[in-house]
Order: sequence, then structure tokens, then C-alpha cells
Amino acid sequence: MTRYILRRLFAMPFLVLGIVTLAFLLTSVTKGDPLTAIVSDRQMNNPEVVAAAKARWGLDRSLPERYVIYVGNLLQGDMGTSFITRRPVAQDVLYRLPATMELVTAAMIVGSVMGISLGVLAAAFRNTPIDHAARFFALFGSSIPVFWLGLALLYVFSVQWGVLPGPGRVDPRAALPPMVTGFVTIDALIALDFPLFLDALWHLILPAFVLGWAVAGTISRLVRANMLEVLGREFTLTARAKGAGEFRVIVRHALRNTLVPTLTVIGYSFAYLLTGAVLTETIFSWPGMGSYAVEAARGLDFPAIIGVTIVGGVVFLFTNLITDVAYVIANPRVRLG
Amino acid sequence: MSASPAPLFEVRDLRVAFGRHGQFHEAVRGVSLTVAPGEVLGIVGESGSGKSVAMLAALGLNPEGSRVTGSVRFKGQELVGMSRRDLRKLRGSRVAMIFQDPLSSLNPVMTVGAQIAESVLLHNPGLPRRAAMERAAELLALVAIPQPDRRINQYPHEFSGGMRQRVMIAMAVANDPDLLIADEPTTALDVTVQAQIMQVLADLQHRLNLGLILITHDLGVLAGHADRVAVIYAGQVVEQAPVDDLFAQPGHPYTRGLIASIPNMAVEKERLFSIEGTPPALGRLPSGCPFNPRCSQARDICRSAVPPVSGPAQHRAACHFAFEAPATTDSPA
Ligand SMILES: Nc1ncnc2c1ncn2[C@@H]1O[C@H](COP(=O)(O)OP(=O)(O)O)[C@@H](O)[C@H]1O
Ligand code: SF4
Ligand SMILES: [Mg+2]
Repeated sequence: MTRYILRRLFAMPFLVLGIVTLAFLLTSVTKGDPLTAIVSDRQMNNPEVVAAAKARWGLDRSLPERYVIYVGNLLQGDMGTSFITRRPVAQDVLYRLPATMELVTAAMIVGSVMGISLGVLAAAFRNTPIDHAARFFALFGSSIPVFWLGLALLYVFSVQWGVLPGPGRVDPRAALPPMVTGFVTIDALIALDFPLFLDALWHLILPAFVLGWAVAGTISRLVRANMLEVLGREFTLTARAKGAGEFRVIVRHALRNTLVPTLTVIGYSFAYLLTGAVLTETIFSWPGMGSYAVEAARGLDFPAIIGVTIVGGVVFLFTNLITDVAYVIANPRVRLG
Repeated sequence: MSASPAPLFEVRDLRVAFGRHGQFHEAVRGVSLTVAPGEVLGIVGESGSGKSVAMLAALGLNPEGSRVTGSVRFKGQELVGMSRRDLRKLRGSRVAMIFQDPLSSLNPVMTVGAQIAESVLLHNPGLPRRAAMERAAELLALVAIPQPDRRINQYPHEFSGGMRQRVMIAMAVANDPDLLIADEPTTALDVTVQAQIMQVLADLQHRLNLGLILITHDLGVLAGHADRVAVIYAGQVVEQAPVDDLFAQPGHPYTRGLIASIPNMAVEKERLFSIEGTPPALGRLPSGCPFNPRCSQARDICRSAVPPVSGPAQHRAACHFAFEAPATTDSPA
């Protein structure tokens, strides 16, 4: 098992380089001219200004040259400077990535709890109204577009009823806690600021629910199917023959046997959550990678676009690695060389 | 049929029907059996004849969508219609059951010790977990598994087929039951291991004075192990007799076919005899004797009239021509 993990770790740098290259190339072949983002329309006719801008941002060099320079800088943690914010992309990312991770983690918890409960409920009461209701509820979350759901829930719970806060990570009047992990909830706890912790948690509910509901559908469908398969296996009959009650059979025996594939689908749903976060963040004014990506794309902010793509890709690679390693650890029957 | 004065387990006219497209079809069609304390009853019949369904239904473990009627008494208590809770208390403590495939019968993600301990704990709620694990190790020793203290911490996939079935047996006798139902306990095992498992079962049966129902599709397994045998065909008991009588004087053509198809290793016949044809599918019974399409002795009456049960009290058979000399065509070629 250690060898398996080492082998996977060894492959990581190459995969990351692949992502970097791909992000770089894809951005270079797009039609958009980055100059329009740097130079104002009026100045576009001024060859001197244009030439200066090109030299300043390295746009006068050939693609391979730019690539080598970029990778070289990247190795030193330099992702270039954003055209829009005029700050180092790495710095922007460092500030925004934790916001996304906090949202996505919360969404994953919501999605897993909802998905597993709905799946178990549907399997335990298969082909009854409870099953139908659970499946409908799960399907609803994954078929309604995230932006629509986000807006609707924001309107109902925040605007109409006022029971949940509006967009943002914390109350606009509140100051963020000193940054330690970048997760506002955790940083507030570290700062022993409990009102801020509750406020951050309160703000997290709606976006996490919107995003989590979307993956709950996938998870519950898988859990239900796996539960039905396991409940049909003979060892559940053995459990009943021992005198175990239905609840015990379902939770102790069946659910535990579906944990490994469930863990896997939850891990892989991370990719979906990352993409879903783009829209969720935009709707909830969440200062994360998603809204950063939208702003960057809108402004043809090439360094930021490449940076976001690389960071997103690396996060994705790592969650898949963690998922696969967890799979091996959780499954006593898998033996990998 | 008169049984001993106080039977341990008494099944009367048990019927199990499965619903399909709003119509019910009986897979078990009026089975009656008795088991005395400490007695070994063999139940034999081809695959699909209703052996498993009958015994599962007797313990309230029949699949969803099935309907059970008749009477099942355990120590005088009626089990058909008993509350789920009371049934649960009986299962695994007074009545235990083991199944055909010991791999799929064990939970792959729980250690063997935890599974045996669960059996103990379910019926001794106050017992500390550690004591239950110690009991699990004792039980493994009881079924002759070496190094029980180490083995309790292993998972089923770390055991061989025979060892897994021993684990199942250990789990079944964890609470010292009065009745053990073993549903084809050796069918999934290698021939050499089969004999060992039968030995373990026989030992325990003797030592714990278990009432034992031994289900099999191979009549050969029952010779030397069962006291009495019930032969099941198409959901009915077609013959019931003390084991020696059954082998010496089979009354039903189906039983004679089963005897002829016992794999005989000493002789190593090139081709094993098997009864031609297949048992009727659920809901597709022929008129008259259910066995008539496959019976070499069938005559006209067999196709029109259901045969009555006849014979002396301890040896009954349901055939119009029970105990008549078999036709020559009936013996193995
Ligand atoms: N869940 C079920 N639904 C419908 N029919 C079933 C079900 N289980 C068993 N049967 C039917 O009941 C009959 C008896 O099956 P079973 O008791 O398993 O046979 P045996 O144990 O003697 O091999 C078979 O014809 C089978 O098709
Ligand atoms: S009743 Fe007829 S068909 Fe049925 S077993 Fe006897 S001889 Fe064969
Ligand atoms: Mg069976």
C-alpha cells in the first residue's frame, strides 16, 4: 500500500506539468486579444503605447519563450501579475482559494449527509411513497440549475422571510478574523470570536445547501442502488437469522458495505463541486476562486485565467489522490502492490 | 402422521406463495414435518423444490411479497403470525440457521470475531464487548479452528471455504440453540472439505443435543447423518421415512431417482444418473401427480388424479403406486 501511495505521489509533478502546459496552450489559442485588457481603446492606435505594453507583459516574445519563462516563474511561486487587480496572481489565489475550499467542504458535508440519508431511506422503503419522495427530492437538487436554485432560495429565505443572511461570507459590517487557515469559521474559532463564528456559519448555510443539494442526488442514487444490492446479499439474511433488527441490518451491515463506493463517489464529486462553485460564488458574492475566474474570464485577464486553471486542476488532482488512497485504506480486500 | 409426544419443531400444512402480476403461486404447497429434540431430520430435493423457502418462511425470514399460511410450532409456540420482536428473540438464540455459501453469508467488512460476538450480544445485551469476543474465540475453538485468538481479528476473505463454514456454525451455536437449520451447508465446498464440515456438525449436534434440520439436494449426504428424511418435490413432501428404511425401501419413484443419482466415488461411474427433465416452474404444475411428466412409471391415473399419501405411519409416500416394484427402466443405465 505504501508503494501504491508513493507511486501516485511520484506521478503528481508530471500531471501538474501537464495541467500547466494545457492551461497555457489553451489560453494562447483563444481568439481574445489580451491587449484589449491592458491598453485602453483610445490608446490602441498608438503604436508606441502598444509596443511598450507588449514589452511590459512579455507579449512580444514567442510562445515557447513565454512558456519557459512562465514555468520558470511558477517554480518560484510566481504566477504573474493580474491585468485587472494588478496584484500577483499567486497572492489573489492565496486569498481566494480558502473561501472556495470552505464553501466546497461545507457543500460536501451537506451533500454527503443528505445523499446518504436519502439513499438509505429510499432503499429501506423501496417502492413505497417514501422511496419515491426521497428519490424525487434528490433528483430535484441535481436537475435544477445551481444559479436558479441559488437565486430562488436566496429570495425566499433571505429577502422574503429574512431567516437566513444575504450574500457574502460574513456580515458586511464585520471584520474578517486574522487569517490562519483561511476558513472564516475556523479562523473565528481560533480568534475565540464566537459571534463571528456563528455569523460565518450562518452565511455558509444557504450556498453550501444549494451546492450540496446538487451532489446529493448523485450520491443518493448510488447509495440506494448499492444498498439494494447489499440488502439482497446473503449476509444480511445471516444477520436477520442471528436476530438482528431491521435498523441494525440496514445500518450496521448494509450501509457499512456501501461505504467504500460511497466514499469514492463523494471524492469524485469534488470536481463537480468545484465547477458548481463558480456559479454559486457569483450568486452569493462569495470571494472565492469561482468568482475570481468569472471576473478573469470577463476581463481577458490571462495570467489570472491560467493561474485559476492550474490551481483548480491541482486541487482536483489532489482530491482524486486522496479519494483513491482512502479507497485502498477503507477496503480491507484490496491489495495493491 | 403421529410424532413423538413433545416435538421440538412441528410444521403443519405450511404454504408459501409468491405474488406475480397480482396472482399468487405457491412455491411451498402444504409441507408438514416434525423434529424431536436432538433429532436430525434430512430434507432432500432438487434445486428449486422449495426447501429454502419453506425453512426461511418457518422462521419469518420469507422474502418480501410472499404470503405464508399454515402452522409452525417451536416448543409449542406458534411462529406463523408471531410479532417481529418475539421472532427476533427466538432467531439466533433458540433457533439458528446457516446457509449454503459461507463466503456470501459472512459480512465482508466485519471481522469474524465481531460477527460472532454480535450473535452473542444480540441475545445478551448486558454483556461487555470484551466478554463477547472471548466467547467468540471459545466458539472458534469449539468448531476446531486453530489459533482462535488470532483468527477472531481476521476478515472472512482471510479464511478458506471450509473455515468460513465453521465460522458460520460457530455463530449459529453461539447461544446454545435447541434447533439448527443447516441449508445445504456443504454444497459450495470441495468434496474433501464437505466430509469435515459434516463431521463438525455431527459432533456439535451430538454434544449440544441439537435438533438439526439438514437440507441438501444430495441424498448421499444424509446417509449416516440423518435419523429421518423428508423428500420434497415441487413444494410438497412426497416421501418421509427413517433414513435406513428410505434407502432400503424407497416408496416414491422420485426418491428412487435421487438414490440412483448419488455420486458414488467408489465406483467412479463414467456418467452419473440424473432424473430426466426439470421440476415444474412456479405456477406451472401439471395436473395429477406433479412428478408425472418425468416419471417412468406414470400411468393414466397419474395424469388425472393427485396421488394420496399412503404407507405405514413412520414411512409415508405420495404416489399412486408407492412401494410397488419399480419398472426396469427406472434404474440407472
Ligand atoms: N423471492 C422469490 N420470489 C419469487 N419466487 C421465489 C423467490 N424465492 C424463491 N422462489 C421460488 O420458489 C421456489 C423454491 O425455491 P427454493 O426454496 O430456493 O428452492 P430450493 O431451496 O429447494 O433449491 C423456486 O421455484 C423459486 O423460483
Ligand atoms: S403417482 Fe404416478 S407419476 Fe406420480 S410418482 Fe407415482 S407413479 Fe410416478
Ligand atoms: Mg436452497
